[in-house]
Amino acid sequence: MSKRKVRIATTSLAGCFGCHMSLLDIDERIVDLMAIAEFDRSPLNDKKTFTRRCDIGLVEGGCCNEDNVHVLKEFRKNCDVLVAVGQCAIMGGLPVMRNAIMHSEDPLRECLDEAYTTSKVLNPSKQIPNDPALPLILDKVYTCAQVVKIDYQIPGCPPSGDTLWAALTALIKNEEPTLDYALIKFD
Amino acid sequence: MEHQKVIQQICADLGNDPKRMMDILWTVQDRLGCIAPASMGLIADLTHTQRVVVEGVVSFYAFFHQEVQGQNVIYLCEDIIDQHAGFNALKETVESCLGIQPGQMTKDGLFSFYLAPSIGMCDQAPAALINQTPVTKLTPTLLKRIINNLRKGKPVAATIPKLGDGNNSHPLIQSMVQNNVRKQGEVLLSGHQNDEGLSKALSLSPAEVIDYVLKADLKGRGGAGYRSAEKWKIAADTPAKSRFLICNADEGEPGTFKDRLLLTERAHQLIEGMTIAAYAIEATQGILYLRAEYRYLQPYLESVLSERRQKALLGENISDTDFDFDIRIQLGAGAYICGEESALISSCEGKRGEPTTKPPFPAVYGYLGLPTIVNNVETFCNLPPILAKGSDWFRSIGTEKSKGTKLLSVCGDCDRPGIYELPMGIKLSEVLSSCGALNTEAVQVGGASGVLIGRSDFDRQLCFEDLPTAGAIMIFNSQRNILKIVNYFMHFFIEESCGYCTPCRVGNVFLKERLDKIMNGLGEPADLEYLRNLSATVRETSRCGLGHTSPNPILSSMENFPLVYAALLKEHPSGEQAGFNIQKALDESRIIAKRRSLIYDPDFSSGEGRGNQE
Ligand SMILES: Cc1cc2nc3c(=O)[nH]c(=O)nc-3n(C[C@H](O)[C@H](O)[C@H](O)COP(=O)(O)O)c2cc1C
Ligand code: SF4
Ligand code: SF4
Ligand code: FES
Repeated sequence: MSKRKVRIATTSLAGCFGCHMSLLDIDERIVDLMAIAEFDRSPLNDKKTFTRRCDIGLVEGGCCNEDNVHVLKEFRKNCDVLVAVGQCAIMGGLPVMRNAIMHSEDPLRECLDEAYTTSKVLNPSKQIPNDPALPLILDKVYTCAQVVKIDYQIPGCPPSGDTLWAALTALIKNEEPTLDYALIKFD
Repeated sequence: MEHQKVIQQICADLGNDPKRMMDILWTVQDRLGCIAPASMGLIADLTHTQRVVVEGVVSFYAFFHQEVQGQNVIYLCEDIIDQHAGFNALKETVESCLGIQPGQMTKDGLFSFYLAPSIGMCDQAPAALINQTPVTKLTPTLLKRIINNLRKGKPVAATIPKLGDGNNSHPLIQSMVQNNVRKQGEVLLSGHQNDEGLSKALSLSPAEVIDYVLKADLKGRGGAGYRSAEKWKIAADTPAKSRFLICNADEGEPGTFKDRLLLTERAHQLIEGMTIAAYAIEATQGILYLRAEYRYLQPYLESVLSERRQKALLGENISDTDFDFDIRIQLGAGAYICGEESALISSCEGKRGEPTTKPPFPAVYGYLGLPTIVNNVETFCNLPPILAKGSDWFRSIGTEKSKGTKLLSVCGDCDRPGIYELPMGIKLSEVLSSCGALNTEAVQVGGASGVLIGRSDFDRQLCFEDLPTAGAIMIFNSQRNILKIVNYFMHFFIEESCGYCTPCRVGNVFLKERLDKIMNGLGEPADLEYLRNLSATVRETSRCGLGHTSPNPILSSMENFPLVYAALLKEHPSGEQAGFNIQKALDESRIIAKRRSLIYDPDFSSGEGRGNQE
């Protein structure tokens, strides 16, 4: 009997999908990957819920709203190994810049005002989006590791396809992933 | 414009010299109440520099203000020793008497109120600087009286109970500070200031003086413990058209106040020592870098300098030789990092007090690019007795690797806080018993950047080979909260980091955040690992001694008080982080959006909240 396929789940929280695009940069190696692994919950196959427990969860982006928190906790609950992929997931990335508004009496309001009402960006209605279907945004952006325990972090914005490949294949083989200097050298 | 004329005059008096920026800014602030953004451009033009450079300097130092200050300015020392001695009651007193918080000014413009890190009065805490006058052993009653009298226009000096001992009552000092000398040792505090050491030095060649001090094996008293004469040799051997000498009287390390005593009672000995060192390295000019908290000593120190000039012990042709050497006093402006020698040099050059990358070391490339020797006040004070009584005499005191005596600044929970001059190698337990420390739980040796040790280490020796210290011995009894002490030190480093390196600027904040988490009862065993790893990163990747030592309080307390940490840690098996509180994170959003959470408000009217699944 052949071994069962390793189950991988992925999600994009407060990220730009760049990390997911980068995962596709493994190019034809995706064929090799599909030989040993399968995707469960993931935007790549548009599965919106977990069908079963997964071995590996890849998380792109940090948490800027309640839905991000909810999804991240779901991932923690359903994945054996949880990996924060990219700067947004690890440090907050671009979204976390709003945390710099910290010396204000009401940082969140100031942030929304600056984005939608007082800035020069075209927004004739001056309205702050508030559809009931929109998840509430958090007081500030939290990194993944601030919300749940994270087992591994893969640096980069985004990490290159080669980097992701190296990390992912090691994890699939149940080995400690190591990244060569070239894979984490960014300049 | 009136202000414009004043500023022009001030800059002209200091030669429109950008190197004298510190003095220019001090004088502008003294005269005009602040260094207003509007005047920075003018100062920049007059000193041929850019406005951003001036603003950079102003914003760097805690004592420089861009907003108008009150006529009276209160700096309350918030150090941990003061906190244990009644700081909170004093803070409340100011807040209730004046109705302002730290950083604010009263509406009538009469008072400004700030907090300050250690102002060097830890042996007579709690203390404050009010209009630059130190007020010690402060009580709410005394503080109220001072404030009321200031309202009536009566200066602080008129309200303080009585003048301190020794030179503290000198007409040029007139301060209530007490010397609190508890033990006079053989080298520094007994004996006379008679310039015998200088005469001896001048009878030798400069190289012979260096050898003499090398033989005495004098090591620096400012913290790092580098062999003084070796450093001098490097400067002396560096070819240059002239060399420079600086005395480090920045004494910013919390818990250290021994230089305050030497500046008050041994000023002649200090200047004599500086003159000897200048002769040895053939320097013709020097600076005494005085921390702003000790500004009350400046008029007296100036008078000592001029007295010595009159007696031909300073200035041109010292003691009828062809040796010239003179000193100016450079006032700091409230920055701990300026105690670091390269930052101190930057500050003397009129810049932000940022350390420089080493090498080159100051002994090779220092003030204005000249080979520069920076030594601590106490180091210089050791020179006259060494020259007068001989290297062998000095070597006979102390231990194998630490010769001579050490001035200890003892403070905290003990009956007799103050200055103890003891031979190097004294056991900490002996210090504790001579100062009457009962029920001691922990001692911070070496100030904030030192180590926190517990009972099992009290038999260790204070010397370079065992427990080195620039002098600070802070004593904490069993009533004190160990983590609160450590937390204060982290707060101190965060405030005092110059901000140049990310590991120090950001790492110290993260260290404190994690410590806060543990103190709030949310800690997990993995947090200790995190603290250890991050501490190692901060240590290894920071540029200067501040970042190299800032993790010390955390690391040493984790090592010496493991149970204190362990008692607060518990596993959170769910995989969720205990420090994260979704309800708190949503509070503001609920108010702004005027709706509740679809996910996290379980009683959401539809009853279908996704929160049910969690
Ligand atoms: C953050 C920091 C603060 C320092 N503060 C002082 C100080 O207040 N006084 C002092 O003499 N040395 C201080 N030092 C040490 C100086 O850099 C320098 O080593 C010392 O002044 C040399 O004098 P010494 O050899 O006589 O000890 C400090 C070092 C660091 C890294
Ligand atoms: S880390 Fe970079 S690529 Fe990845 S989600 Fe964030 S911004 Fe996009
Ligand atoms: S270690 Fe800290 S204080 Fe020292 S240079 Fe770096 S940022 Fe400045
Ligand atoms: S300044 Fe951001 S990493 Fe260097």
